[in-house]
Amino acid sequence: MPSGGASTPTLAVRNVEVVYGSAIHVLRGVSLEVQPGGIVALLGANGAGKTTLLRTVSGLLRFHRGSITKGSVEFQGDGIDSLDAAAIVRRGMAQVMEGRRIFAELSVDENLRAGAYSRRDRAGVKASSEQVLELFPVLAQRRRSTAGYLSGGEQQMLAMGRAMMAAPKLLVLDEPSLGLAPLIVQQIRDLIVEINRTGTDVLLVEQNATMALSIAHHGYVLENGLIAKDGPGPALLADSDIQEFYLGVGESGSRSFRDLKTYRRRKRWSA
Amino acid sequence: MTKFLSLLGDGLALGAVYALVALGFVVIYRATRVINFAQGGLVVFGAFLVYQGEHTWGLGFWVSVVFAMACCAAIGAAFEALVLRRMIGQPIFAIILITIGLFLLVEPVTTTVWHNPPGGIATPWKLHTVKLGDVRLLQVNIATVVLGAVVLGAFFLLFRYTRVGLAMRATAVDQEAALAQGISVRQIFALSWAIAGAVAVVGGMMLAGGAGPAPGLSVSLSLIALRAFPAIILGGLDSPGGAVIGGLVIGVAQVMTGGYVPAEVPALGAQFADVVPYVIMFLVLLVRPYGLFGTAEVERV
Ligand SMILES: Nc1ncnc2c1ncn2[C@@H]1O[C@H](COP(=O)(O)OP(=O)(O)O)[C@@H](O)[C@H]1O
Ligand SMILES: [Mg+2]
Repeated sequence: MPSGGASTPTLAVRNVEVVYGSAIHVLRGVSLEVQPGGIVALLGANGAGKTTLLRTVSGLLRFHRGSITKGSVEFQGDGIDSLDAAAIVRRGMAQVMEGRRIFAELSVDENLRAGAYSRRDRAGVKASSEQVLELFPVLAQRRRSTAGYLSGGEQQMLAMGRAMMAAPKLLVLDEPSLGLAPLIVQQIRDLIVEINRTGTDVLLVEQNATMALSIAHHGYVLENGLIAKDGPGPALLADSDIQEFYLGVGESGSRSFRDLKTYRRRKRWSA
Repeated sequence: MTKFLSLLGDGLALGAVYALVALGFVVIYRATRVINFAQGGLVVFGAFLVYQGEHTWGLGFWVSVVFAMACCAAIGAAFEALVLRRMIGQPIFAIILITIGLFLLVEPVTTTVWHNPPGGIATPWKLHTVKLGDVRLLQVNIATVVLGAVVLGAFFLLFRYTRVGLAMRATAVDQEAALAQGISVRQIFALSWAIAGAVAVVGGMMLAGGAGPAPGLSVSLSLIALRAFPAIILGGLDSPGGAVIGGLVIGVAQVMTGGYVPAEVPALGAQFADVVPYVIMFLVLLVRPYGLFGTAEVERV
C-alpha cells in the first residue's frame, strides 16, 4: 500500500492475483509501486511470474488467455485493469518485451515508426524520433537496415528506441540484458539511467540483479508469485540473501531463497 | 505471333483477376494465418451485387462497383468480427472448415436471391475489341489489366507507405509485439478481411463482364476464383507481391495452354488448360514448398 509519499504513484499494483486459463495460478497477491521519477527493479528466478506481472500491467495478459482474478492495477491514479493494450500505450506506458521482439522483417526506421503508432501529433513524433536517434546513435546509422540483421545488442537498443517513440511516462523493460555481453549490458544500464533522468519512470525486470539494483531506487523480489522481499536498491544490493542467491556470493546453503536447483541454474546464468 | 499476342492479352487479363483474388487470400493469411476458402464466394457475391446495383436499382456501373466493394468489405469484416473472432484458439482446420462452410453458402444464397439473371453485368466495355496492329484485343481484357494494376498499386502504396500498412506488416511479423506498440490487432484483422472482400469484387465483376474464359454472371465464377489458389502457392502464401506474379503466371499459362495445346497436342484434350494451374502448383510444391516468394518458416506457425 502507499508507502509514504503524498504523490500519486505512476504505477500501483495492488494485491493482484493472475491465472492462465482457469487453473494455473501464477501471481498470488502481488503489490508493487513505481513512484514518479523512480526506477524500480523486479527480480526473481525463472518462472517466478515476472513476465506475467508485466503482462498484467501492460494489458497483454488477455493475449495469453490470462486474467486478473483479484486486486487492481492503477496507472497515474486510474484503474487500467480492464483496458486493452492499445489504450494503455495511449495513456503513456510502453514496454520492451522479453526477447526484444523487434519486427525482424521491417527496417529500423519502420520499427521506430511502429513504436509511435499510438500517437497522432506529427511534431511530437518527430521530436521523439530525434531524441531516440540521439540516444541510440547505432540506430541512426542503420535506419534503412532490416532490423533482423542487427546484432543482439543493437536489436535491444532498437526495442528500447521503439518503446521510447511512444514518449511514455512509464517504460517497462523485461530482461533487457538477457544474452548480451557485459560491455553492452553496461551500455543498456547507462541508457536506462539516461532515459529515467529525462523524465520517464522505469520498471525493470532483470535476472542480472547487480545491474538492476545498482540503478534502482527500489527493488522487489518475486518468488513463486509472491513478493518475497522489497526495499531500496542499495539496501537489497547489500542484503546477504540477495548476495548469496543472485550475486553468487557465499555458500549454496541458501536460507530464504530455497531450492538448490534454482540456485544452481541462477548461478550459471549470471556467470 | 498475332495469336501469341492476343493470347497473351487474354492471359494477362485472367491473370489480373487471379492476382486480385490471390491478394485477398494473402492479406488474410498474413494477418490471421487463416486460409480463406470463402474468397471465391466473395468473388461471386461481389459480381451479383454489382448486377443488383445496375439492374435492380438502376445505379450506374461505377456506382454499383463501389457499392458492391463496400458491401463485400463489410461482409468480410463482419465475418471476421462475428464468427472468426470467437474461434480464436480453436484448431486452424476448424477455422478453415468454417470458411469452406461460408463458401458453400454462397451458391444457394445467390441462386435464391437472384435466380439466374438473364443478362450479365453491363460494363462500359461491352464486348468491343480494339486492334493494335494485327492483334485484336477485347477491351474488357485491357480494362481488367488496367483496373487490376490500379487496385493492386493502391494496395501496395497503402501497404508500404501508410501508418495502417505498417501496422499490417508489423502484425504479420509478431502479433503480440504489435499489440505492445498500441496497434489494434483486431482492427487489422477486420481491415484485412475488408480489403480481401473489396478486391474480390473487382475480380468477380471483371470476370462476369467478360474477362478471361467468361461464363458470364454465374455462381460458377467461384470455380474460376479457386484457381487463384495455385497462384498463391506459386507466389508464397504470405507474399502480396508473389500473389500478383503468381496470378499473372497462372493466368497466362492457362490461356496459352488453352490456345495451343488442343491443336498441337490433341491427346491432352481441350480441358487440359483448366488443369494447368494445378499442375504448376504441384510442381512448385515439390521444389519450393513455401512458394517462390514466400517466407521459408511460414509453416512454423
Ligand atoms: N501463456 C501462458 N500460459 C500458461 N502458463 C504460463 C503462460 N506464460 C507463463 N506461464 C507460467 O507462468 C509461470 C510464470 O511465468 P513467467 O511470468 O514467464 O515467469 P518469469 O518471467 O518470471 O520467468 C511459469 O510457471 C509459466 O510456465
Ligand atoms: Mg520472463
